[in-house]
Amino acid sequence: MHNSKTVEILVGLFVALGIAALFMLAMKVSNLSTFSSEGGYVVTARFENIGGLKVRSPVTVAGVRVGRISDINFDNTTYEAVVSMSIEAGYNTLPTDTSASIFTAGLLGEQYVSLEPGGDEKYLQQGGEVRLTQSAIVLEQVIGQFLYSQAEGGDK
Amino acid sequence: MIGSIRKLGRWGLGAFERLGRAHIFLYYILMGVPPVLLRFSLLVQQMLSVGVLSLLIIVVSGFFVGMVLGLQGYNTLVDFGAEQSLGVVVALSLVRELGPVVAGLLFAGRAGSALTAEIGLMKSTEQLSGMEMMAVDPIKRVIAPRFLAGFISLPILATIFTAVGIVGGYFVGVGLLGVDDGAFWSQMQAKVDFGEDIMNGVIKSIVFGFVVTWIAVFEGYDCVPTSEGVSRATTRTVVHSSLAILGLDFVLTALMFT
Repeated sequence: MHNSKTVEILVGLFVALGIAALFMLAMKVSNLSTFSSEGGYVVTARFENIGGLKVRSPVTVAGVRVGRISDINFDNTTYEAVVSMSIEAGYNTLPTDTSASIFTAGLLGEQYVSLEPGGDEKYLQQGGEVRLTQSAIVLEQVIGQFLYSQAEGGDK
Repeated sequence: MIGSIRKLGRWGLGAFERLGRAHIFLYYILMGVPPVLLRFSLLVQQMLSVGVLSLLIIVVSGFFVGMVLGLQGYNTLVDFGAEQSLGVVVALSLVRELGPVVAGLLFAGRAGSALTAEIGLMKSTEQLSGMEMMAVDPIKRVIAPRFLAGFISLPILATIFTAVGIVGGYFVGVGLLGVDDGAFWSQMQAKVDFGEDIMNGVIKSIVFGFVVTWIAVFEGYDCVPTSEGVSRATTRTVVHSSLAILGLDFVLTALMFT
């Protein structure tokens, strides 16, 4: 129905279109272009309660995403959660007395770790630990405390 | 009583026999694939009829599916003030599920049925027997190129479907409903993982491509060589491929996204 040259050109265009679509998905839709997991360093932090934090949740400094959670473990002896954070290699000047808190993006949004840089002159290295941590705020606890204090206030 | 049990038994034996034949047939097709790679023009010819000519329906449906997702997603998300996440909703549903599945269903209807009808007619007009008479193996000459073309085409078509669908969602969400352009893409990039989401979607479409073309060429090759037989084989191709896609999709989703 077609001569073979036209057929080959059409099929070539078809395959090229497929590759272009995959390229668009990779670069424009997924995190492949913005985020390279190689070359980063891992620091850990211990939290009493991590709330809804998950592996791959973002790690931010001053609201800027600098890495992500690479692993979450439970320490059997101290009963704390051990959170490993993979920080991109470019952000290697976080002081050793940096503190970590777990916040929620918006009221119902996902939870993330926010790092607050300290004033130390030494920087966090691969395998370092963030010692100052603040646990996740669990909404149910806050509401419970609020109701409790309201009830107490009502008695007076 | 005994008669109906016997009927059930005969039906069961028949079903298993067909299943066995389908697997033996698959073995012969796979044996026939390497020679096809040497005769590249056969493959290219089939890629045209199976892949390129399915492109229009895939692109148009992809665009509309993306637009509907954008519209429905927006209407739901705006209640929570979360319409910024529209990009995530559109991209994840297309990449993980709708891209491979809907492209697979369309492919089964558009290309699978055509493959069955073509091979079935070749069989009923005794072209396949004629080839055997001339010592040309019809599996290598006719079946294997079509199988390989379908197997290669569906992943490409599904990827194009997904990409066009996301553009459709962007068109409705950002263009018509006024979602912020930057938030649409940046939230999408933050939430969609290349390995986890996109590659798993591609793997799904590869599996669907394999199964759909396998069913299509088997039904054609195995049909009763009459006009009624060809029509029933074509119907069976569409029904069985669609069921196989939906069933396998559940299994693959359960395995991939835990």
